[in-house]
Amino acid sequence: MSDLLQSLNPGTPPDARSYVERAEIDASLRAPVLLFFGTGVAWLLLGSLLGVLAAFKMSFPHLLDSADWLTFGRVRPAHLNIMVYGWASAVGIGVGIWLMARLCRVAPRHRGLLIGAGIAWNLGVLAGTIGILAGQSRSIEWLEFPGWATPILFVAYALIGVWGVIMFRFRRPGHVYVSQWYLLAAFLWFPWLYATANTLLIWQPVQGSVVGAVNWWYGHNVLGLWFTPIGLASAYYMIPKVLGRPIHSYYLSILGFWSLALFYSWNGMHHLIGGPFPAWMISASVVASVMMFIPVITVAINHHATMRGHFHYLKWSPTLRFTVVGAMTYTIVSLQGSLMAIPSLNNLTHFTDYTIGHAHLGLYGFFTMTMFGAMYYIVPRLVGWEWPSAAMIRWHFWLAASGVALMVGSLTLGGFLQGLELNDPQVAFLTSLKTVAPFRFVRACSGILLSAAHLVFAVLFIRMLLRQGGPRAEATLLSPPEIPAV
Amino acid sequence: MNKLPLLFVGILLVFSTSWIGLVAYPYLKLGRLAPEASRDGLVPPPLTASAIGGERVYAANGCIYCHSQQVRPAWLSTDIEKGWGPRQTVARDYIRESPPFLGTMRTGPDLTNIDVRRPDRVWHYQHLYEPGTVTPGSIMPSFRFLFKVQPIKDRPSFEAVAVHGPHAPPRGYEVVPTQDARDLVAYLLSLKHNYPLPEAGDPPAADAGK
Repeated sequence: MSDLLQSLNPGTPPDARSYVERAEIDASLRAPVLLFFGTGVAWLLLGSLLGVLAAFKMSFPHLLDSADWLTFGRVRPAHLNIMVYGWASAVGIGVGIWLMARLCRVAPRHRGLLIGAGIAWNLGVLAGTIGILAGQSRSIEWLEFPGWATPILFVAYALIGVWGVIMFRFRRPGHVYVSQWYLLAAFLWFPWLYATANTLLIWQPVQGSVVGAVNWWYGHNVLGLWFTPIGLASAYYMIPKVLGRPIHSYYLSILGFWSLALFYSWNGMHHLIGGPFPAWMISASVVASVMMFIPVITVAINHHATMRGHFHYLKWSPTLRFTVVGAMTYTIVSLQGSLMAIPSLNNLTHFTDYTIGHAHLGLYGFFTMTMFGAMYYIVPRLVGWEWPSAAMIRWHFWLAASGVALMVGSLTLGGFLQGLELNDPQVAFLTSLKTVAPFRFVRACSGILLSAAHLVFAVLFIRMLLRQGGPRAEATLLSPPEIPAV
Repeated sequence: MNKLPLLFVGILLVFSTSWIGLVAYPYLKLGRLAPEASRDGLVPPPLTASAIGGERVYAANGCIYCHSQQVRPAWLSTDIEKGWGPRQTVARDYIRESPPFLGTMRTGPDLTNIDVRRPDRVWHYQHLYEPGTVTPGSIMPSFRFLFKVQPIKDRPSFEAVAVHGPHAPPRGYEVVPTQDARDLVAYLLSLKHNYPLPEAGDPPAADAGK
């Protein structure tokens, strides 16, 4: 264990062997990880464009409404699926395989497997997006890619999952770090989720309302058992790594991990409160959602105690700033989710923009921010170059942070008021639309802020690949530290 | 937690509980329901071929992102008071649909009983072509691409849609629905879940669905 803690601690000067070891791992992962990152950033830009378009369509319904492939009901799922599979999953896979190799401390074999998987994954996303825009979607939320596109994604994914398990099997003997549990679990859960959902919903559809149950079992578990473990694995690695301090408590890590696995997997049915299902299924999900307090607070305490006394590092380290904002948002969004599951609040927010705000807080405020943080750490190690501009990183951070805050704020408040009116039998339906309209306009504008953030990041990423900005002896910091870091 | 087999089995076992509870159980319990015989024939009545086509148009154009199709029970919600339907919807209401469009948003009204509220085919054509003409204030997009604007030949087609105001076709032209529009409206007019079902509680009152 002390071996690993030492390797996790940048304060201890690494011996020659671990320099060589890390360089070897980074070199062999350069192509596949940059492939996932690069294509992910491209999808992020396209997904932002479609998201902004869909958002403005709610304020201006006549915007680009003459072509069928640009209608709201196709642009919106195209935006969601591009963000989920093209951006978030791809960058999550990139971060996941890099962390797995670094923590297993062996140079990965079968690099070709990963490159093949990366190419296939992107072809799958491309085919699926074209399918949605061409009118092939079956309107099952989070699974809109047509049945002829999803097998490509599944095969690509299977290659990655197999690689991950092989990697873990042939790791250097010694302690297994908490990030590795989360990654191994994510690598095993996702194919089960994706295979079940595609089999029962797309290839051999089940009857009637069962579709709803499977749909939300999948939809919520993609967040909880795919994105969340990858995001937490990254936070568990980056925070101690940047600070040069070990994680506060090993036992809290264990509790957090297993309670997440147990409770999160049962959450999905809270999306269907009052729906055509046995009441116990909904109740079980509501209870499990509230029980999420346990893993969330456990992880929050663990991260907070690790950070304690070191919050001033957030002024300097881009990795730490993005990661810690992401980890704090994870706590907020999860507690919000637990509260939203409670029937009285669930009834109010169900069917409103409030839920959309919650989804963005999770997938963006937590996951995407955490992934940006990880990329700020990983890309320099792959390219052998430091980030060319601290100013651009600051722009990226503030545009992204203010954009997501504005978006979630407007959707939350607007959705709340919308919910009050939707539930009031005395209020006409159109009134709820009028009430929420200004909030929707603000939300659409917040999308412009986020798109600008992504553009800045994309330019930075390309400049990085081109090794622009002159060589630097030290890592690029957000601002020069006033006191020397101890 | 340094042993691969322990982690492996634990990770899969814990997850399998939710798979059994939320996937396998509803599949076994609700996955093989049959229509109920009633005085008026089988309920829910099977979809016509055109309505099945319309279901695909509904899915392709993402109606579900704004319209739900579920009426929640009175003890939990005001759906029935709001007029979305006379009773809560139950699993059997959805057996003919593949997939069912339960929905998670109400940017537009619930459509479970749209045929009861809007039984007029022409209204639906006008609404799909230019929603604002029949429901001012609506933010539903126009589905003009489901229609053809064509020159009037000798006399207007029998199914030409009357469109007035700024969105009317130029003089000498008429708006006619494509097959997709006909199918979609056939599907919308099949959405009528006001028949009684034993598992759905109280039978509907006389003015049900209003």
